[in-house]
Amino acid sequence: MLASVVAILIGAVIAAVLGFNPLAAYGALVTGAFGTSMALSSTLAGAVPLALAGLGVAVAFRAGLFNIGAEGQYWIGVIVAVWLGYHLTGLPGWLHTLVCVVGATLAGGLWGGVIPGLAKAYRGAHEVITTMMMSYIAIYFGQYLIAAGGPMHAPGYNAQSPQIVKDAWLTVLLPPQLTTAVFFAIGAALVVWWGTFHTTVGFRLRAVGANPHAARYAGISVPVYTVLALGLSGMLAGLAGGVQVLALDHRLMWGFNTGYGYTAIVVALMARNHPFGVLLAALFFSALSTGGQNMQMVSQLPSSLTDVLTGLIVFFVAAERIVPLTIAWYRRRRGARAQVASAREGGR
Amino acid sequence: MASFLEVIDVRKYFPGVKANDGVNLDVRAGEVHAILGENGAGKSTLMKLISGLYQPDGGEIRLEGRRVQFDSPRDAIRAGIGMVHQHFMLIPALSVADNIVLGDEPGGIRYDRREAVRRVRALSEKYRLSVDPEARVARLSVGLQQRVEILKVLYRRARLLILDEPTAVLTPQEAEELFEVVRHLKAQGIPILFISHKLDEVRAIADRVTVMRAGRTVDTLPTADASPQELANLMVGREVVLRVEKPEQRAGDVVLSVENLSVSDADRRPRVRGVSLAVRAGEILGIAGVDGNGQTELVDAIAGLIPVSGGRITFLGEDVTALPPGERTHRGIAYVPQDRQRDGLVLDFTLVENTMLRDVAHPPFSRRGLLQHRAARAHTEKLLEAFDVRPRDPDRKAGDLSGGNQQKVILAREVSREPSLLIAVQPTRGLDVGAIEGIHRQLLRLRQAGKAILLVSLELDEILSLSDRIAVMHHGQVVDIVPGDTATREQIGLLMTGTRSSESEVAQPSNR
Amino acid sequence: MSVLTNPQLWASTLAMTVPLALPAIGGTFSERAGVVNIAMEGIMLIGAFFGVAFSYWTGSPWLGLVLGVLMGGLLAAIFAWAAIRLAADQVVLGMAVNIFASGLTAFLLNTLFGYGGTPPETPSLPFVSLPGLGPVFAHQSVLLYVMLAIVVISHWFLFHTRLGLRIRAVGENPLAADTAGLNVWRLRYIGVIVGGMLSALGGVYLSIGILNSFDVDMTNGRGFIALAAMIFGKWTPVGSFLASLLFGFATALGVALQGQGVSPDLLSMIPYVLTILALAGLVGRSTPPAADGIPYTPIR
Repeated sequence: MLASVVAILIGAVIAAVLGFNPLAAYGALVTGAFGTSMALSSTLAGAVPLALAGLGVAVAFRAGLFNIGAEGQYWIGVIVAVWLGYHLTGLPGWLHTLVCVVGATLAGGLWGGVIPGLAKAYRGAHEVITTMMMSYIAIYFGQYLIAAGGPMHAPGYNAQSPQIVKDAWLTVLLPPQLTTAVFFAIGAALVVWWGTFHTTVGFRLRAVGANPHAARYAGISVPVYTVLALGLSGMLAGLAGGVQVLALDHRLMWGFNTGYGYTAIVVALMARNHPFGVLLAALFFSALSTGGQNMQMVSQLPSSLTDVLTGLIVFFVAAERIVPLTIAWYRRRRGARAQVASAREGGR
Repeated sequence: MASFLEVIDVRKYFPGVKANDGVNLDVRAGEVHAILGENGAGKSTLMKLISGLYQPDGGEIRLEGRRVQFDSPRDAIRAGIGMVHQHFMLIPALSVADNIVLGDEPGGIRYDRREAVRRVRALSEKYRLSVDPEARVARLSVGLQQRVEILKVLYRRARLLILDEPTAVLTPQEAEELFEVVRHLKAQGIPILFISHKLDEVRAIADRVTVMRAGRTVDTLPTADASPQELANLMVGREVVLRVEKPEQRAGDVVLSVENLSVSDADRRPRVRGVSLAVRAGEILGIAGVDGNGQTELVDAIAGLIPVSGGRITFLGEDVTALPPGERTHRGIAYVPQDRQRDGLVLDFTLVENTMLRDVAHPPFSRRGLLQHRAARAHTEKLLEAFDVRPRDPDRKAGDLSGGNQQKVILAREVSREPSLLIAVQPTRGLDVGAIEGIHRQLLRLRQAGKAILLVSLELDEILSLSDRIAVMHHGQVVDIVPGDTATREQIGLLMTGTRSSESEVAQPSNR
Repeated sequence: MSVLTNPQLWASTLAMTVPLALPAIGGTFSERAGVVNIAMEGIMLIGAFFGVAFSYWTGSPWLGLVLGVLMGGLLAAIFAWAAIRLAADQVVLGMAVNIFASGLTAFLLNTLFGYGGTPPETPSLPFVSLPGLGPVFAHQSVLLYVMLAIVVISHWFLFHTRLGLRIRAVGENPLAADTAGLNVWRLRYIGVIVGGMLSALGGVYLSIGILNSFDVDMTNGRGFIALAAMIFGKWTPVGSFLASLLFGFATALGVALQGQGVSPDLLSMIPYVLTILALAGLVGRSTPPAADGIPYTPIR
């Protein structure tokens, strides 16, 4: 929280230095995010994939693992949902949706769990690198599928897949964007919360994350829970992709590199891995993004300022030791003024 | 002879621990001076103070009569203090020569590798420490790595050589070679400070010896005049053993039996070599020994945490050698690990969660995979009450508790599972007297209740006051098993050095 | 197979190697000193943007280069301070730098140059043709030759100078280095900042080396391919260069084969697949420096 406040203040200073009115700009940002029903619809809709993927990243963090590749798992989820979405026909709408969502979830889980999970558990390969590499592989795989000549390429000039059968689309609740997808996000947060704090599996997963040595001594298999955590994490990111494509794009296409998987990491960090915190953080960053567009239109302040703010927030979250260090530095300065620095001062 | 290094009334405190509390030392030019003391007596802290890794909280250090203050290892090196750490400070990925010259490399901007190799070769010939300067350190045996450490120190023109537990990791042959080196260095006029907890090697190599106990130096005397018995007594202290009232108890059936068990570490070095022992219901079997003689590996193997390389473990009449640790837990083996903060508890978890840690898959903690918070909390409350844990608040994080209360939580958890066998490793390490007494009472209560208890401790007092039988380990083997009520401190102390009780005098150097 | 004998393929392979090899070597410096660096992407963007900006403002592409590299070094210094002094999580910090740099360069592009992009009259660095070496070395950016020199110099620096030895020592075992009297923190700062400047140079190449403009997120993930190249090159400058060459070749081949039935996207996966295999020990084991990513706090 403190991190965001500091970041927002720094953003205001940057804007002011460049000759913009920071108050007006931030005002436009807030209005753009929540001011109208359209804005609210976009903000809530944008928060859904962030929340789902953010829950995934948080689950991995709980087990002491850094899933930096949620983006790739997200796209694998999209790919599988779309494939199921236009290949299967004749299913009742609700069942079709369900099949797509489950397929996306499982695919994301396998993508995150199998290779990075096993490589980490049995070969010691760092999951930061492997999940990141798997993420790029997924993105190129998706591009290959829809490029001209690719197996999922829809006839026509654009690099895109055919559309998902309309029956499987999620229902719009508040135009233009908010769909029943929002229930998936809330539901997933509840399930993750319940699973983390009320099941033996969640308990062991947390134990492995909090102290793998003690977990091992207590008879918990650390490798098994490593694979499991990365798999669950991938499942949620895959679910994010599946739900999002059923709600909005309805087909696999590029052009807009969404980056939900990356922002999801920021969301999880800011929420300190609590499932309900993830919902709030997702809303915050989604608002930043949709509000940023309005800010650019109203005050001419580029929306990319919101990325600057995000970067600063992450920096301050990581560098939390800055606070005690600043206090210590201030005390030392005061102490030094009050008395001559003693010989013991060298202790770093 | 003139004093080379003097340590006068030095103190170093860490939160809750007086690691050094009044240490006096006087190393003279040209002598081999040993510091003898049990684990935790404060030897390593003293060495870190002398070598500049720590700064003292009181007292002073003098070098050739002048007071010195080291703010960093760099200062100490510059003053001529050469420290060979117990855990080698080497970089395995680099060559021998690279490691030795690091920090004072030959050459200008360019690193003159050939000159470094030449200098190292010359140095190793001068001090008869042969080692290939171009070999990668990762490929060297431990004995050779130690040579590299010594060369590193000599390269910096050390005028005092400190060896911190140098034989702890060596084979007997390597240790003998090291002693040769030490004698040779002494002949070249370099004073040597030799830290050890092994009586025999101190007597073999040192001119004078200073004994430390509980953070203080007790006495300094010439080795020639000191009998092993006298040194052992100084080392372990002469206070009256707090003999706990131990009710008569007839040992029951064999609960655990270990036959010819062998365990190797990750580097395939044998740590436990053919150990056989049995623990019966209603008895406490104490395992005594100097730290690092295979006790931890033995009990870890019994608990299933590390694989065995040979032998059999039978528990309640069934062979459990191949079972996973969780299954052994479930069958009734409880374990109180040595490092309670690292292995025993999850410090960020509440007491309820820590109580659940081992048996979370079983009632009352869970039913069909679902946690039973209320039942777990009630259970924890009961345990906190029964074991007098303070604060009696199940929602506290384990990290907020004092060491004694943390240990009570672990013990409560393990004992409440109604195990048939309790393994306790150093259960009272670092605790205050009151807490120690409480833990001891609990162990005796379990004994009374007919449980089998395997107690590993480095504290002789603890072993002597609690054990029905005492197995003494040395170099991965059980030297002897003696009855607890007739055992004396002196007898156990000698066994710990690898000497059978029938032999009255230490005849040969330790065979480690 | 006529594709393989076409000098154009090899010329573009070299051209695509430069913006991978420079940040890969930069990352090598940082990680050899023990600081995990996934911030190459962001630092490249900073280098690219300020390279163009200063080139335009001063009229000299060389000043643009120097100032672009210095700005990259500045960002790396802030990263280093948080990673070393504050012992912050280096992966999270790297992400922060990437997001921040992406946002800041886009933001400054729009506020300083408007929405139309950087001015077309921005001067760019010269192209050089080496006579007698045929079409492969014809009309290549001067930075290609600088990069080749940097490969050699970096190798020499890390493995044949005293400072290089010390930097490697700090990345392997900072405690041992500390007891040998080295200043662990200072050496780590050097590694990270030099590495950042090399990454920024890679960005400068993209903006005023082969073009004369800056575009939002123009690095397009090269910082991460460079990360893969660094790992696949086993944390050495020459290895990083060779891996970058291989990855550059895969990209160039993809472009050359466009429309011939081979998917460039599948070729683009090669770097990432190879890196995972290398990390898992299936294609020659890549082991990072022993103390990579672990902050060091001296106890006194």
